[in-house]
Amino acid sequence: MRLAFFGGVYNNYIALEAAIADARCRGAEAMYCLGDLGAFGPHPDRVFPLLREAGVVCIRGNYDDSIGNDLQDCQCGYTDPRDNYFAQLSYDYTYRNTSAENRGWLRELPQEIRFETDGVRFLLCHGSPRRTNEFLWESTTSTHFLDKLADDSEADVILGTHTGIRWQRILTAGGRFINVGVLGRPENDGNTNVWYTIVRTGPDASPEAPDRHPAETKVGPTVKQPLSVDFIPLEYDHERLAREMRDEKIPEEFVETILTGWWTTCLEVLPGKERRCGRF
Amino acid sequence: MSVSAVVSDTPKVELKSLDELWFQVAGTLCNLECTHCFISCSPKNDKFGYLSLETVERMLHESKEWGVREYYFTGGEPFLNREILPILERTLEFGPATVLTNGTVLKPEWLGRLRDAEHASVYSLEFRVSIDGPTPELNDPIRGPGTFERAMQGVGLLVAHGFLPIITMTRIWDEADDEAILDQFRKTLAEHGCDRPRLKVLPRLLIGAEEKRTGGYGPHDRITAEMMDDYDTQQLICSHSRLVTDRGVCVCPILLDAPDALLGDTLEEASVAYPLSHSACYTCYQYGAICTNPSTKHFEG
Repeated sequence: MRLAFFGGVYNNYIALEAAIADARCRGAEAMYCLGDLGAFGPHPDRVFPLLREAGVVCIRGNYDDSIGNDLQDCQCGYTDPRDNYFAQLSYDYTYRNTSAENRGWLRELPQEIRFETDGVRFLLCHGSPRRTNEFLWESTTSTHFLDKLADDSEADVILGTHTGIRWQRILTAGGRFINVGVLGRPENDGNTNVWYTIVRTGPDASPEAPDRHPAETKVGPTVKQPLSVDFIPLEYDHERLAREMRDEKIPEEFVETILTGWWTTCLEVLPGKERRCGRF
Repeated sequence: MSVSAVVSDTPKVELKSLDELWFQVAGTLCNLECTHCFISCSPKNDKFGYLSLETVERMLHESKEWGVREYYFTGGEPFLNREILPILERTLEFGPATVLTNGTVLKPEWLGRLRDAEHASVYSLEFRVSIDGPTPELNDPIRGPGTFERAMQGVGLLVAHGFLPIITMTRIWDEADDEAILDQFRKTLAEHGCDRPRLKVLPRLLIGAEEKRTGGYGPHDRITAEMMDDYDTQQLICSHSRLVTDRGVCVCPILLDAPDALLGDTLEEASVAYPLSHSACYTCYQYGAICTNPSTKHFEG
């Protein structure tokens, strides 16, 4: 089985369209989006038809929860006034430009999705299984903490997004925690591409699968089923996105991130190790 | 010490999950004697002593089954503990570490070793440096003569070794002045080579030395059961943390001096619910997660 997982879309319908096409090319049999459809980019309502037409199964992120329930802010929890200023501009724009019908749709999305495929128990969430807006960064999350999350939630593989930077950890019992990355903006590494994730199970994950590199397939000590995880770098027409952002009078600081690959706002929540990878 | 009592409507907080484990690694021993210190640390206060590497290692192992997410080291001044380097190096094999320092005793060779340890680990080593304002005029009356310059030199050393310290300041000014103070601090830090400032403002805790300085809490500054209606208890550090000391495991880093704060010798013994009977609990209630790093704050939602 080949499964595609998209993280925060942040109104970037251009990257979403490219990701859906790319995942289909790679043989994805099902597609999931782990929430935060809005924020940052232009034309929020353009995301919804793409998701529905492609049958992408979505869960509700903190942004979706706020927009869907007519809240005053995105529940990102920033304390730095500059971060809050930009977050609020983006939130107000997204709320203003999301139709009542789409807000209703967001409100009804589930907070988590569970399924089992090829003997692997999957749990899909936005931040963490216990809290939608919990930040799980690679450098501030111990393996035994993730082991406990997996035990408590009776899952082999937990997938989330929320932080905006992809990473994965093999758990002590052989399961996996995967942050699938985001489609909405680049990863603060000076590159303009965005990321999504393809997970393979069963025969598709075995080292003998036609387009499978053996080194990429890791099997844990107790989860006997093969599982492989590929982070996919995705190029899209980011210059068009930047033009549309400017046309919509979205702050130049956000446009700069799309054009340069460096984060310019909301840096307060980054741990030291992740922050040092960026420019600001 | 402020008067506290467990009365009938004192709410209790369950330890929901042990996400953060704190180590009182320097006890109450410090090279400075700040006039606002909520546990009255000083060069002579040995009520709590240094933690050994052996004790820290034992608790690190014990912490695994609790699923502790990250580790914090405080005092006193942690870098007075002669085993602090191996303690931090060992911790980075278990999880992320944050050390709270006054920045005045750091040595280049120590920071070189810690930088190497952090590079070798998947986890972050964060430094939180306490400086109470962007000028010697604000800081030094609280922390001691010359401490502003010495701490800023420490910040410069950390930056030179590739760290991005979090400057932690206690709000000894009016809350309305926060933005002006923070702006000034960003400029001062830039002048010392720190162009990516990370700043954290802490509320004053009116206990310990601070009680003598400003008078302490009023009789009504306490938490009632009614106040807990619709309150997110994850904002309180006692719902997700414990503190290891050389005298046992304590409920939190703030209530070290409180007679009922020592809960047992093991994490299991210290996992009991704790009554919010202290006036300092009121500050934690008001401001929420005051001890935690910005990257792991517990948000409502």
